[in-house]
Amino acid sequence: MADMRVKEPKGVELRHISKIYKDPKTGKDFYAVHDVDLTIVPGSFVTLLGPSGCGKTTTLRMIAGFESPDEGDIFLGGESINALTPNKRDTAMVFQSYALFPHYNVFDNVAYGLRLRKVPKDEIQRRVKEILALVELSGMEQRMTNQLSGGQQQRVALARALVVEPGVLLFDEPLSNLDAKLRVQMRTEIRRIQQALGITAIYVTHDQSEAMSISDNIILMKGGVIAQMGTPTEIYYHPNSEFVADFIGECNFLKGPISAASVGEAAVNIVGVDVPVATDKSVKVGDPGEIVVRPEAIAIADEGMLPCKVELSCFMGSYQNYHVRVGDTLVKITDNCPINKKIFAVGDDAYISFDKVCAHLL
Amino acid sequence: MARGQGAALDRRKLLADPVMVTTIVLLITFLAIFILYPLAILLVDSFYSAETGVTSQFFSGIFGENVFSRALGKALIIGLLATLIAAAAGFALARAENTADGGLAPGLGKALSFLSVALPLIAVAAYVIAVFDSSGPVARFLQRAFSGGIGSGALIVLVEAIVLAPLCYRMFDGAMRYSNLTTTNATEQQTLRNKLLLKAAVTALVVFALNLLLIVFLDAALYGKRSFIIAISNTLKVGFLVGILSAAIGLLFAYVEVYVKVRTKFMAGLFKVVSMLPVVSPPFVLSLSMIMLFGKAGIITRFLLHIYDNNVYGFWGIAIVQTMTFFPVCYMMFRGLLKNIDPSMEEAARDMGASRFRVFTSVTLPLLLPGIGNAFLVTFIESIADFANPMIIGGSYDTLATTIYLQITGAYDKNGACAMAVVLLGITMVMFMVQKYYLESKTAATLTGKASRARMLIEDRSVTTPLTILCSMMALFVILMYICVPFGALFKTWGYDFHLTTKWFVQVFKKYKGLKAFKDSFVLSLIAAPVTALLSMIISYLVVKKKFKAKGFIEFTSMLAMAVPGTVLGIGYIRGFAGGMFRTGFLQGLYGTGAILVIVFVVRSLPTGTRSGISALRQIDKSIEESAYDMGAGSLKVFTSVTLPLIKDSFLSGLVTAFVRSITAISAIILLVTPSFLLITVQINEFAEKGSFGIACAFATILIAITYGSVLLMNLIIKYFGTSRKIKEAD
Repeated sequence: MADMRVKEPKGVELRHISKIYKDPKTGKDFYAVHDVDLTIVPGSFVTLLGPSGCGKTTTLRMIAGFESPDEGDIFLGGESINALTPNKRDTAMVFQSYALFPHYNVFDNVAYGLRLRKVPKDEIQRRVKEILALVELSGMEQRMTNQLSGGQQQRVALARALVVEPGVLLFDEPLSNLDAKLRVQMRTEIRRIQQALGITAIYVTHDQSEAMSISDNIILMKGGVIAQMGTPTEIYYHPNSEFVADFIGECNFLKGPISAASVGEAAVNIVGVDVPVATDKSVKVGDPGEIVVRPEAIAIADEGMLPCKVELSCFMGSYQNYHVRVGDTLVKITDNCPINKKIFAVGDDAYISFDKVCAHLL
Repeated sequence: MARGQGAALDRRKLLADPVMVTTIVLLITFLAIFILYPLAILLVDSFYSAETGVTSQFFSGIFGENVFSRALGKALIIGLLATLIAAAAGFALARAENTADGGLAPGLGKALSFLSVALPLIAVAAYVIAVFDSSGPVARFLQRAFSGGIGSGALIVLVEAIVLAPLCYRMFDGAMRYSNLTTTNATEQQTLRNKLLLKAAVTALVVFALNLLLIVFLDAALYGKRSFIIAISNTLKVGFLVGILSAAIGLLFAYVEVYVKVRTKFMAGLFKVVSMLPVVSPPFVLSLSMIMLFGKAGIITRFLLHIYDNNVYGFWGIAIVQTMTFFPVCYMMFRGLLKNIDPSMEEAARDMGASRFRVFTSVTLPLLLPGIGNAFLVTFIESIADFANPMIIGGSYDTLATTIYLQITGAYDKNGACAMAVVLLGITMVMFMVQKYYLESKTAATLTGKASRARMLIEDRSVTTPLTILCSMMALFVILMYICVPFGALFKTWGYDFHLTTKWFVQVFKKYKGLKAFKDSFVLSLIAAPVTALLSMIISYLVVKKKFKAKGFIEFTSMLAMAVPGTVLGIGYIRGFAGGMFRTGFLQGLYGTGAILVIVFVVRSLPTGTRSGISALRQIDKSIEESAYDMGAGSLKVFTSVTLPLIKDSFLSGLVTAFVRSITAISAIILLVTPSFLLITVQINEFAEKGSFGIACAFATILIAITYGSVLLMNLIIKYFGTSRKIKEAD
């Protein structure tokens, strides 16, 4: 596979990119993307993640050249590509709807980009064969695209983008039309191929689990601006806002005044109990504090840190799902492998506790 | 927040694409020169001439020389005096009403308010009656009043003043009352009152101007040429009737097809034929067969009913023939709409206890209402723009389109023709705007959803039987009318001698240069068809898939051609190109050549092609082209390698439609054709007018053969070579 590595994966830099649209209802201009500034290193897999309308697709389309930024510059491999049309940019995109050419068969679809580049015939034959082997579609060359299953169409779209060896590969929610099982399979596949080829990839999705499993870096967007950038682990365990914490998986928020602060650690007073939490922020005693803790990091038992009342107890197979009330706050708990643990019933009094390194101070 | 950079970048991207830029520039030039310019020159010529500056050519063109200026002089004096008196009286009355001591007698104010609406309405009604019914009592009365001396003049002023006084009273009264109500401060009251009174005075001035115009038109109508007024009233009458009838019959057919269970093969075939007719309906055909079936020598009237003096010419002749021609268009429109109505809505109404009739009136009909308006207006425009049918079957019943033609070819009155063309264009444009920007969006808003599942068809025999019989009778009648023409060409003397003969066809080819007519029509249309098809596909591509500044202009102009009657376009070309563009001699060489005929063909078929192209392209996911673009294809490559293959079927049908429309075109062509070109349609017109029905039928038969042949050929080609086949086969 080593000989198939892309010659030169390119980096992408977005320098204070903004895009302004007109709201069709009010007729007012608004920022669809506002001051997005980021650097994508060559060969990395970066995901633009966010709810619909957050500007992720617009950002991707600006990189591809379908939209022009109203502010800022885009660099591809160190060169400004602002004024280049999509066909002159060294990018290739995999579309949400696959966008396969229905009047071509698989081979012609994949060979389209190579023919445009005036690649000699025998080389086209060779490269298309290689790439189809890579996406495990060998022998399907003569099929028409509507004779393929959704997953196979997805592979053709991927092969068509890969075969031209673009500096950057762009994905616009490519898996959203597949069923859940196939989606998981395909994302592993995409990651495998991207790593095998060492290509730079920018991936747009609204599915946080997809983003976490596939990316080197996640850029979480909201309302046109970047909410947080970082590795999946950073974003999961150290979200910088309620929005990020909530968007990436389920989350509990416990609020109270800060009752103690020292280097690397603080405590938040919640329903009269000082709850310790690891933090590298400098906080003052008396400030409002908010602890973020994931449901799977909380243990429920007859004794522990914070008293609570069980409001929902539901067996989910691999875990027991609890909703408990701590003071006024609802706390969700997923208690893994419940078979050898005590099961609490609705109305029971219990205690919850969690390790300070599993929690995060917002 | 500035969007400058994005727009600038978009512009740079566009400019980096020479093919696109050239295409857009060429398109704009073409549309501007061959659609906008001829219409603009008509308007300009009506109100301005290089020698005399601003002119009343428009009015004198309509009413005749001198009539206009005389009428204007009279109207100025009468209108001014009447308005002054009315304003003074109204002001005095308003003042009296708004004094501290209770004002006018109770009831008088109310009566005046009522009269302020009633009297002008009565006046306008009388005016309309007088204009359109020139020999009626109202017109005669007015004529007598107008032609008198000072005394009758004074009488008119008095009547006018009485009509207008309550209106003036109401305006001034409103102003005073409002200022009294808003504030109690005396000075503020005064300023407010002055302001409102000024506004009322301005309104009075507008009333005066309108009054003036009415008087001028009335006067000119009473004393000037009548031809225009008659033509316009004829046109509107026919248009309304045809619009209503076509919409009604179209709706009936669509309803029966979608709602009623008539699943015999025979009926399905009938409906299919009816739905195909509008695509290939050569002009004159229905008029010819109407005359041959119901005229003096008509088979039905003379031989079946023994009526020997039946007059098919005139209003009813035109109305029936046009209805038969245009209702299939309405039928197709309604069929699309009805299929989009979700059956569950009607089932819900039925479930709550509504009778079938009530479901129709309370659910189906309201949903269809904008669509009905749409169908009516489309037919209305078609009807008033129609030239061929009124020409043949109108007899002395002239419509605007035929009058314009006769003005040019018979009376050589170019100013008159030009002015009438402007009026005709004005009417169709207003209708078109209402239809396109108001009704179409409403139709789309109420009926967008796809039917969720199949409809329960009406099986009740008391409903299905009469409807089936009605529809099949009508369908058979229409088909009979189409079949009649070829037989007309095969009988020795229609109506008298029914021996079969080939003499008419022989004469067509031997005596009347039928081969040349055939060749000329065929070659010119064959050139126009691919140009039109390609052009409309390019326009659709740009409109649907690209964004740039001039897009709105391109879309609007190419659709505009739909609202321009052929006769108007023809006059526009004569005025616009006979002396070259702007009479500078530029492009003068075009006039009188085959090229200008081809251009007219293209312009006339462009809207239909563009519309079908746009709807075909909207079906194609935008990202398919984007992905080709993204892979490195320029816009030309994207268009040829992806877009065009995907809309190949639409392109092919556009090609044939353009060909058929061109070869059957008459209205604009007949004004522009020179003796060096013999066109089949022009020949039919000539012989039908002369009463040589045998020859006309022979020509028409050839035309029908060509058009239906082309459509059949197209269907075969699409079936065996179309894109859809490849994709379908894969399923």
